[in-house]
Amino acid sequence: MGTELLVFYAFAALAVAASLAVVLGKNPMHSVLLLIVSFAALAGLYIGLDAPFAAVVQIIIYAGAIMVLFLFVVMLLNAHREDEPAALEAAGGLTRGPIRTGAALAVVLAAELGWALMKARGANDGMLSAGAGADAQALQSVRSLGTVLFTNYSLAFEVTSILILVAMIGAVVLAKREL
Amino acid sequence: MLLLIPLLPFLGFLINHAVGRRLSKTASGGVACLAMAGAFGMSVVSVWNLLQMPPADRGIVQQVAAWIESGALVVPFTLRLDPLASVMILVVSGIGFLIHVYSTAYMHEERDSEYARYFSYLNLFASFMLVLVLGANFPVMFVGWEGVGLCSYLLIGFWFTKKSASDAGKKAFIVNRVGDFGFLLGMFMVFAQFGSLDFQEVARQAGHLQPEVTFGAISIATLLLFVGATGKSAQIPLHVWLPDAMEGPTPVSALIHAATMVTAGVYMIGRNAVLFSAAPETLAIVAGVGVATALMAGTIGLVQNDIKRVLAYSTVSQLGLMFVAMGVGAYAAGIFHLYTHAFFKACLFLGSGAVIHALAGEQDIRKMGGLRKELPITYWTFLTASLAIAGFPFLSAFFSKDEILWKAFSGGHTVVWAVAAAASLLTAIYMFRLVFLTFHGKRTSAGPGEHAAGASLAVARDDHASVGGPHDSHAHGHASEGGHLHDAPPAMATALILLAIGSVVAGYVGIPAVIGGGNQIEHFLAPSFAAPGIEAGGARGASHAEAPAEGPVSHAEAVGEGGPAPSGVDAATEHRAELTLMAFSSGLAVAGIGIAWFFWRRSRALTDRIAASFAGVHRVLLNKYYVDEFYDAVIVSPIKGVSERFLWKVFDAGVIDGVVNGAGTVVNGWSGILRRLQTGSMRAYALSVFVGVVMILGYYVWR
Amino acid sequence: MVPLGHYLILSAILFATGTMGVFLRRNVITMLLSIEVMLNAVNLAFIAFGRTQGHVDGQVIMFFVVTVAAAEAAVGLALVIALFRHRETLNPDAFTSLKW
Repeated sequence: MGTELLVFYAFAALAVAASLAVVLGKNPMHSVLLLIVSFAALAGLYIGLDAPFAAVVQIIIYAGAIMVLFLFVVMLLNAHREDEPAALEAAGGLTRGPIRTGAALAVVLAAELGWALMKARGANDGMLSAGAGADAQALQSVRSLGTVLFTNYSLAFEVTSILILVAMIGAVVLAKREL
Repeated sequence: MLLLIPLLPFLGFLINHAVGRRLSKTASGGVACLAMAGAFGMSVVSVWNLLQMPPADRGIVQQVAAWIESGALVVPFTLRLDPLASVMILVVSGIGFLIHVYSTAYMHEERDSEYARYFSYLNLFASFMLVLVLGANFPVMFVGWEGVGLCSYLLIGFWFTKKSASDAGKKAFIVNRVGDFGFLLGMFMVFAQFGSLDFQEVARQAGHLQPEVTFGAISIATLLLFVGATGKSAQIPLHVWLPDAMEGPTPVSALIHAATMVTAGVYMIGRNAVLFSAAPETLAIVAGVGVATALMAGTIGLVQNDIKRVLAYSTVSQLGLMFVAMGVGAYAAGIFHLYTHAFFKACLFLGSGAVIHALAGEQDIRKMGGLRKELPITYWTFLTASLAIAGFPFLSAFFSKDEILWKAFSGGHTVVWAVAAAASLLTAIYMFRLVFLTFHGKRTSAGPGEHAAGASLAVARDDHASVGGPHDSHAHGHASEGGHLHDAPPAMATALILLAIGSVVAGYVGIPAVIGGGNQIEHFLAPSFAAPGIEAGGARGASHAEAPAEGPVSHAEAVGEGGPAPSGVDAATEHRAELTLMAFSSGLAVAGIGIAWFFWRRSRALTDRIAASFAGVHRVLLNKYYVDEFYDAVIVSPIKGVSERFLWKVFDAGVIDGVVNGAGTVVNGWSGILRRLQTGSMRAYALSVFVGVVMILGYYVWR
Repeated sequence: MVPLGHYLILSAILFATGTMGVFLRRNVITMLLSIEVMLNAVNLAFIAFGRTQGHVDGQVIMFFVVTVAAAEAAVGLALVIALFRHRETLNPDAFTSLKW
């Protein structure tokens, strides 16, 4: 269906543009905010992929919590005004040489990844329309998600909780002024 | 049970080595003497058991442990007692015991720890010597062979703080080593030829061989073994260590360099009699070397001025005679002489030790004289032993030496006989020169009280009898006594007397048939020299007047004879010839004594004038024919030069150190380059990761 | 009907963008943001695959990735703060004490 594709392209373009702006922007504050835009675009794409819960999680956690944390730190360190002068004098963020090399390498990487991923099974099958059949129903259901999460992946789930605990402690310890 | 014989002295060594420092002198000396007494007792018991067995079959074997088992090479650690070994163990343990007792008095002035060290080495030596003699195969004998060489080094260099002593020890060990190398090569060849290293097995196989007429494999093997014997028994060309070995304590000289260790070479040839009989070429060389050594040592001994050196050269000379015996095939005679020689030579050395002890370290006979009255026991035992060594009739060496000369003559080796007779004459002369200068006449120096004042001597540097003697400890002990001399203390005197008695009576086991004796020793030893499995022919043992009626005369049977056995028709001629020779040898002995009396007792002035007019010859003899200097120039100095200039500076410092240091330098260089990777910049690291990922993905994409 | 390939190519582009950002920026915070971009690209790929294969595992993995990203962001920012206190700069090139 054309609309689907169009919607996809719209969100995709937004995501790419926002990401590029994040990477190339001079002001870290702007980068953070643009990243949130990128997340939003991706959330839209998730919805298109019959993963509404994932989309919501993306917004709430990623955009709502992690990016806020980034903002806090940016403002704490006063990095939002500009890039550090010391860095600026060297190259004002990006010099031409590294940009070209970086861009070239990135294009190469993208091409490789794309090619590799395209070789995956069923890459060219048609698919992915929202709400198509019982399949989609199942996917959309939070219930099925929960079931899988707490049965097949219960160990990973528990380990993740410990991971978060450790990260909390680590963050507190590292950021202390004096131990 | 055989194991106990070498084991008891070894235990004595362990005790003295481990805790001897803390024991009193009585305790450590007592332990050592007790160990030797035990060994002697066990030897007597074992020999007694041996004698109970039938004569043709005498052998007690004890396998102590399986030692080497590697494919075809099977060498168990086995001890075997047969007639030949029984003579040796009785000599080693018996005379060894007497010398241990003697040493308790002689070494008494040492510190406790040194005293214990001395006895530990002495016991160790006895243990190794017994292993050497009892070994049933070449490797076990070689263990003992090397061991006695080691102990010789330890004991010669006992006073190692004195440079000449430690040098002498090293010289002995190194020269021995050269001989040992020959021995090893000989051993390898024997194994290659016969596939076994067991003495019985080798003898059995060799008994089947015909004697070689050319210089074949057996001759080479036996010649190499003989090289080992020249090293151990101080024959030309490896004789140079024995005179220097006199730096060691006198009892050591008596035990090691007179009675036991130096006889190991002779014993080895006797042990391999059948093998050597298969190589007449080698036997000829053995006899030749032996007689040349006997003559050469005799001439040198004639002019030496150190009492121990005269005795050392006389030992070399007598060993030469023993090798003559072996060389002409008279193995029993050689061993007989070894046995009697042990008695009188030990007695002579111990007697000289008593003289040195009394004179507080003086060893130069030109300073001695008139000791006859002052040291009676020493004098009479010394005189007895000297008469024995000169071959005075009816003393022990008369029988043994005469046997050798007779066997040489009757075997057709007339030249050898003549030279040996000349050497015997020289023996009588220089021994009695020693007696007359030491014990008779007037003393030219005033005795121990004065020599500490250090009147210097115009002595040729090579003559090692110097004022203030090598025995510093003895000098300190007696210097305070003024001019008073004391004869040997009881421990020393006992040993001297017993050995002197032995010098007289020990020969009576070998009285030849021609004057009515049974020559028991030759009978007794004969089975040891026969190949096992071949029955002893009738001509064995009893005097060669009997005819061998039966059997082919394979060389195994001829072994005990040393030549073709004569038929009964010549018996009477043989008798007459032997008696004539016996009279001739006695005449030589008496003549020698007479000549010595004339030159050194009657007219010293004449002697000195002769020495002056033949000054060149005198100097050559005094300097031992310059053999040491020759070796030094030809062998030692080049080796030292090459070692220092090339091996050390070029190879060791340059190549080996270069490689090792070079490895370090190379690593250093590379690390200097490689460490630049560590820029400390996080982004550089991330970049490298990225590049790697791209490359790996590219690889998979490509495939 | 959007073919899976489109999503995957998008994911690849986003990933490359993020990688470029990590290497080319001289601001530590921006570098961390670029890492988040990379993680998002991966999330997209997972969900797309999961949808293709008809089960929820893709979303499950996405949750885990998000969690890990959160943890990593927290610790990373704490490190940034600690580093900032030392050198008063956010330029990673300033921290080269481990240079040879």
